[in-house]
Order: sequence, then structure tokens, then C-alpha cells
Amino acid sequence: MSLFKEAKTLISENIRDYGMYIALFVIILTFSFMTDGLFMSSRNISNLLDSAGYIAVLAVGMTLVIVIRHIDLSVGYVAGFLGAIAAILLTQAGVSIYITIPIILILGIVVGLLNGFLVAQIGIPSFVATLAGWLVFRGALLQVTEKTGTIIIQDDRFNAIGNGYIPSILQINGLHLLSLLVGLVGILFYIYGEISTRRNKIKYDFEVVSKGIFILKLVFVSAIIAYLTWILAGYNGFSWTVMIILLVVIVYHFLTTKTVLGRHVFAVGSNPEAAHLSGINVKKITYMVFGSMGMLAALSGILFTARLQSATTTAGTLFELDAVAAAYVGGVSAAGGVGKVTGAIIGAIVMASLSNGMNLLGVGISYQYIIRGGVLALAVIFDVMTRKKR
Amino acid sequence: MSEYILEMKQISKHFSGVKALSDVNFKVEKGEIHCLIGENGAGKSTLMKVLSGVYPYGSYEGDILYEGNVQQFNKISDSVKTGIVIIYQELALFPDLTVYENIFVGNEVKNGGMVDWNKTIAESKKMLNKVKLDVNPDTLIKDLGVGKRQLVEIAKALSKDVKLLILDEPTAALNEDDSENLLELLRELKNQGITCIMISHKLKEVISIADKATVLRDGQTICTLDAAKGEINESNIIKNMVGRAIEDIYPKREKQAFGGKILELYNWSAYDPQLGRQVVKNVDLHVKKGEIVGIAGLMGSGRTELALSIFGNAKSYKVEGDLVIAGISKMLKHPSDAINAGIAYVTEDRKGDGLFLYQDIKSNISAANLKGISSNGLINDNEEIKVADHYKKSLTIKASSLEQLVGNLSGGNQQKVSLGKWLFVGPKLLILDEPTRGIDVGAKFEIYTVMNELIKQGMSIIMISSELGEVLGMSDRVYVMAQGEIKGELSIDEANQENIMQLATQ
Repeated sequence: MSLFKEAKTLISENIRDYGMYIALFVIILTFSFMTDGLFMSSRNISNLLDSAGYIAVLAVGMTLVIVIRHIDLSVGYVAGFLGAIAAILLTQAGVSIYITIPIILILGIVVGLLNGFLVAQIGIPSFVATLAGWLVFRGALLQVTEKTGTIIIQDDRFNAIGNGYIPSILQINGLHLLSLLVGLVGILFYIYGEISTRRNKIKYDFEVVSKGIFILKLVFVSAIIAYLTWILAGYNGFSWTVMIILLVVIVYHFLTTKTVLGRHVFAVGSNPEAAHLSGINVKKITYMVFGSMGMLAALSGILFTARLQSATTTAGTLFELDAVAAAYVGGVSAAGGVGKVTGAIIGAIVMASLSNGMNLLGVGISYQYIIRGGVLALAVIFDVMTRKKR
Repeated sequence: MSEYILEMKQISKHFSGVKALSDVNFKVEKGEIHCLIGENGAGKSTLMKVLSGVYPYGSYEGDILYEGNVQQFNKISDSVKTGIVIIYQELALFPDLTVYENIFVGNEVKNGGMVDWNKTIAESKKMLNKVKLDVNPDTLIKDLGVGKRQLVEIAKALSKDVKLLILDEPTAALNEDDSENLLELLRELKNQGITCIMISHKLKEVISIADKATVLRDGQTICTLDAAKGEINESNIIKNMVGRAIEDIYPKREKQAFGGKILELYNWSAYDPQLGRQVVKNVDLHVKKGEIVGIAGLMGSGRTELALSIFGNAKSYKVEGDLVIAGISKMLKHPSDAINAGIAYVTEDRKGDGLFLYQDIKSNISAANLKGISSNGLINDNEEIKVADHYKKSLTIKASSLEQLVGNLSGGNQQKVSLGKWLFVGPKLLILDEPTRGIDVGAKFEIYTVMNELIKQGMSIIMISSELGEVLGMSDRVYVMAQGEIKGELSIDEANQENIMQLATQ
């Protein structure tokens, strides 16, 4: 009984953090129920995650941009344009994929730094600076695809990024062995991390949750990872897109929560004046956040182009707004200084789940937009309400 | 025995289980100036918010009798209609609008649905006359000083036919001259029959202006003092405010010998390209180890600008002259250079550019010295908590936990967090800009005690302050600034209120 009580207070005190997960859980349950389980089928989940990939990586970058009180509207067409450049390099110039990808990522960083220059150095409001970028890269995308139209990519290794799966090594009872291993390693890492943090806290005599709750949490999260792994392993296993999302999340989560750099980003977002007077180089942070955004836009372009196996003249349209929406659903605050990388990913998955589930149910596209808009508004309303409470 | 314009009876107000006010009784007679005093968090602002309808009828217990009738205000405009106007500490003016637009905002002079600008301007001139403010109504608010803005606020209140004017720390941001003007105006308004409630931390003001003074402590009425009976004096107020007698507002410290010069400035000037003028002119100054150097002067005399120019030229002025730290000439180009050179700067405006209000106590304390809790760019969370806990204890920061958001702390505790943040940098020279502005007597005493402790350990302090009492009570030596220049240097033995003011107004 006391265990239940503790869990209850824990959730009500951290409702802001858990709200999103609960929302996702509700969405999944609803769709699973309404589609007779089709929604949670291996094939659909795998497909859903792959289709969320190129928005998810943008949402991670966008979250940090919004955290430092800016916005980047150019990322959609930057992704589209750089995807087209990748296609041109691979097909017309015959550059190897192992050189193409680094070149595209570096170009992305350069574009991002350019935005950073306009915002940090010249002092142009980011909305305007990146709106200019939006126009420029839309034009640039049309320019490079004008003569050829859609560029079809034949490179299987490149296309695998958007459609392929990690090799299985062995199939056990029709399950994908390497994916199972990845899931297992994930669970072990998670458990190890949680236990060592807890031990450390106890060592310093800090407050920790009771042992019962702790074990409950470990079991619960491990079970979710295990279930997801099992579902994916039942189809083709983890896709390369999922692996890339995982990598991006792990790296960015680590950077934002554990490093001095991450602290500086949140300090700048929280109060730029105070950050400057605390000896933080605000310009440098602005450059870095926009640079990272550019790199992730390039990555998004690669994922999208690989998924379509071609570069089109309209690639990247409205990606920027989908990313902004995902970031806000993921709990980033427009006032700056508040936001989480994990939130951005969940936000992107929530939005993708809505589209996917409604497609399965055969809901018309007009209603889909309306419902997604409603969810976005609800998420922000929830955020504002819980913030007031604190 | 004159009638009461306002009687607040048995007012209680809870915030999620915490009692902010309990059975407060507060009576104001018609035509008097009634000061409301008490430490931060005593419930003064809450009481005024109950009165003005910020907290609607029903969200509190007790009755408000105004002009003899029980009032049920549901929103601020309800109380304004009856002639109760409140002017907050953070002025509610629009900097990019003109004086006349500000005076009549929300109360526009209309002529058939359209704003009658000519009449507005004519009316606003009348109001400006009443508050004796001689500016063109066309002036933008941002071009006025704080003192004049305060007068515009009062003109705005007058335009609403105010009967009961409430001022929340009206002189907190004013220099002594402007403060005196304002008090004079309040006396005048009193003669015109306007009743005034003033919240203030400045006891001298209270003594000079109040007819009555009600003291609140911990959400309860302690007493109402009457000037006519000679009850309003410093020791009486302090005793009732803190519930203990503070022998001395400034803690004693033993005279100690000073060490070598830690900071020297020679012919130091700073030009602000945004303002297009020299903000600091030919300053020569030095600070010795273990010394508290006070910098007195009026608002806008260039004290903060001087501090910012020393602190790594934080506002990117064009600086000239020599800056010498511990005998070595230095060029500091960024606040981080200054921090590395052993200088810390606790800002004047802790909410604006001092603290991260939406972050918790521990990340605020570590913000200027993340190096101290990290290795290879990785933050050690446990180390951070240990450090924050150390300062929470040593500075007696009152908070439920280290994870509490700084924005939810009281002013005094915010200032302590700000201080803790800069002490963790381990500075040799600490620049304190208005270290006790807007905080209560108890917290002030604690901050002064910390300052004494720090210089005992060999730190040096530059203290910029507009409160002459503080300058005289804490400094070892005083520089007086005006128009960006040092107008004089006084040893603490020769300094007094008169000669400082004389230099400051040169």
C-alpha cells in the first residue's frame, strides 16, 4: 500500500516529465484496440519508427534551438537540398557512399554555422534569418533538380539507410538474433546505469526512492525495451534508421545532461544576460547549436532520400514545422531554457503514431491535420498548466 | 476620530496548504499615509493583492470594508472602479509608448468609440501638473529616468480618480533626491484628501512620512504604530519587524590590517557605443586585500558601468586605461577572463541578469564555475550537490531542497544564491552591486555578516550602494561617483552623509 502511495506521489510530482509517456501509452492503447492489434504488429511498428526517423532527428536539433530561444525554419529545405546533393554525388559524380555521407554532414554543419553567423554575429532575429534560408534552399533544391527532375538512387547501401535492417547473424525461432542482442545490451546498460547512480547517491547520503519503487521502475522500463525489441525482432529486426535515431538520442542526451557544454546551452536559454555575466560565451553556444541543427538537417535529408530511394523536387517540404511541432509536443518551452532530447523523440513518435494510426483506421487526411493540431495545442496547454503548478 | 476608508478584517489566505496570511486586521483612516512594513515574505504584497482583487473574492477568508461597505472584488478592474489603485515595484509602463498614451492606457478618453487624442493630451498635461512633472507628454517612457517614470505611474493613478493609492516600494529604485521628491508629492496628495498605503523597506522614509505604520510578520498583524504618539522610530519598527531587537543593523567587525593592492585602475575610461557617450571617465582607483571599498553615488552616475567595464568589459564598451590585478597589468575581454583573473560580479538586477529563474538552486550556484564540478567536460552531479549544499548551509538559504526553482525563492534567498554562485568561483575580488536592494532587514544582516567573514579570509570587496547608511556602515573607504567620474575619496572616519551627498551631486 505504501508502495502504491509512493508511486502515486512520484508520478504527481513529476507529471510534467511523465505526461508525454502517458500520452503516448494512451495513444498506442487506443489505436491497438481500434485496429484489433494491427497497430502494434511487428511490421507496423517497424514502419512507424522508420517513417518518424527523419523528423525525429530534426526535432532533437530543433529542441536545442528552441531552448536557446531561437527557431530554425530553413531545416526542411536544407534537408531536401542536401539530400539532392547526396543523390547527385552518388549517381552523377559517382562518389562512394563512405565519402558522400561525411561531405553531406559537413555541408549541413556549414549551413548551420551560416545561420549561426547571421543570428549570433549580425544579430538578425532567427525567424527572419532562417526564413531567408528557407527561401534560398527551396530555390537551390529546385535549381539542382530542375534538369533531371527526380533523381533515382541505385546504390543499395545508401538506400538501406532508409529501408534496410541490421544483419541478423542467426534466426532463432524466426526472431532476429542481433536485434535481440542489441535490446539485451540496452537493458543491461540501463540497469547498470540506474544502479550505479543510485549507489552513488546513497554514498553521498542523498535522497533516493524506496527499494520497492526502484525495482518496480527497473522491471517496468526493462520490460518495455524487451517488448519493443521482441516486436521488432519478429519482423526484420532493428532498421538502420532506428539505430541512427538511437545513436543520435544517446549522444545528444549525454551531451545535454552530463556535460559542461550542455549546461551552457541551457544556461544561455534560461537567461542569456546572466549566462554572459557568468563567463559563458553566448555567441559560441549559438554557433554550436545552429551548427548541430545543420548537421541533423543533413542527416534528416540522408534518411529521407534513402527512404524514398530518390531525391525529389519537393523533398523537405514542411519538415521544419513538423519538427517544431514534435519539439513542442516533447515539452520544450518557448520561453527558453527548458526541454529534453528524449522529449523531442517521444514528441516525434507521438506525431508519427497519430498519422500512422489514423491511416490504418482510414481517417481522411483533412481530419488527420485537425486532430494532430488539436494534440499539439493540448500538449502545450498541458505544459503551461503544469508549469503554473510548480 | 476620523472615519476609516478601509478596514480589512480577519483576512486569511492559503497557498496550497501554506498559510500566507492568518487573521490579518488592517485599518486605514481617510486621508492618512499609512505604511505597511515587514520582512520579505511577511505577507505585505499578498495582503495588497487581496485588497486589489488580484486574488478574487472567495479565494480568501475575511471581509474587506471600503468606505463602509463590504467589497467583493473579482478582478483588478473592480477595485479600480471604486478608486483603489495599486502601483507595483516593477512599473507597469510601456517603454515604447508616449507619456500620454501610458497615462490613459486601459482608460482611454473616447469619443464615440474612437480615441480622442487631443483631449487625451490635454488631460495628461493636467495630470502631469498635479504630480509636478515637467515633461512633454509626447516623450517616450524609455527616454525618462526611473524617478520620472514613477511620477508618470502616479499621474496614471490620478487619471483614474484614485481615492486610495497603494505604492509597493516606490523608492526602491530611486536615488535620494528623487525619493525625497516623491515623498513630497505624497504629502501633497494627502493634503488633497487622497489616502495612501505605502509598502517600504526604507525605515528612514517610513519615519519621515508615515502617519501610521502597520507591521506584518509571518502573515500576522503585529501592531499598528502611531506617529502622533511618537511610536514610529527605528528601533521600535525593527523590534516589531524581526521579533528580536537588532542592536546594530551592521554587524561589528574587528579592524584588520590590509594587504597589498589587489586591483588598481589608472586613467580608466569607458565609452558606450550604444548610448554614444562616455560612461566612465578617467577613473583612478585601488582596492587592497581585505578591504571593503564602497562606491557611493546617485543612479546613473556610472557605478554599474564602472563595475561592468572592470568585469571583463561585459557590455563591450570601448575601454582605455590600465587595469592592474595583484600587480600585473591585464586585458580582460570577456567575463570569463575576469573570472579567471579572480574577479566576481554580483549584479544589481538579480532577476534580470543575475540568476536563471527557471533553473534550480544547485545549477545556479554552479553556473559560473562548472569547471569546479567537472572533469574533461563531464559534470559530476554528486559534486555539484555537495557544493550547492555547502553554500545553502553556510549562507542559510531557506529552501525546501536544492532542486527548488530559484524563481520561487524570496528576494533575500535569491540574493544569497547569487552570492553563493560567485563565492564558488573563489574570487579574490568580489564586486557587489546593490547587494541588499529590496531585501529585508534580517537577510541584510546575514549578508553583511557574510561580507565581514569574507574579508577576514582575505577577500576584497567593492560594494556599490545607493543606501548611504550601508555605505557608511560597511565600508573601510568610500569613493563617490558622479557623471562617470570619481568625485572624491573618503576614509570611513571622515565620510558622512553630508559630504558624500555633496560630492555625489557635484
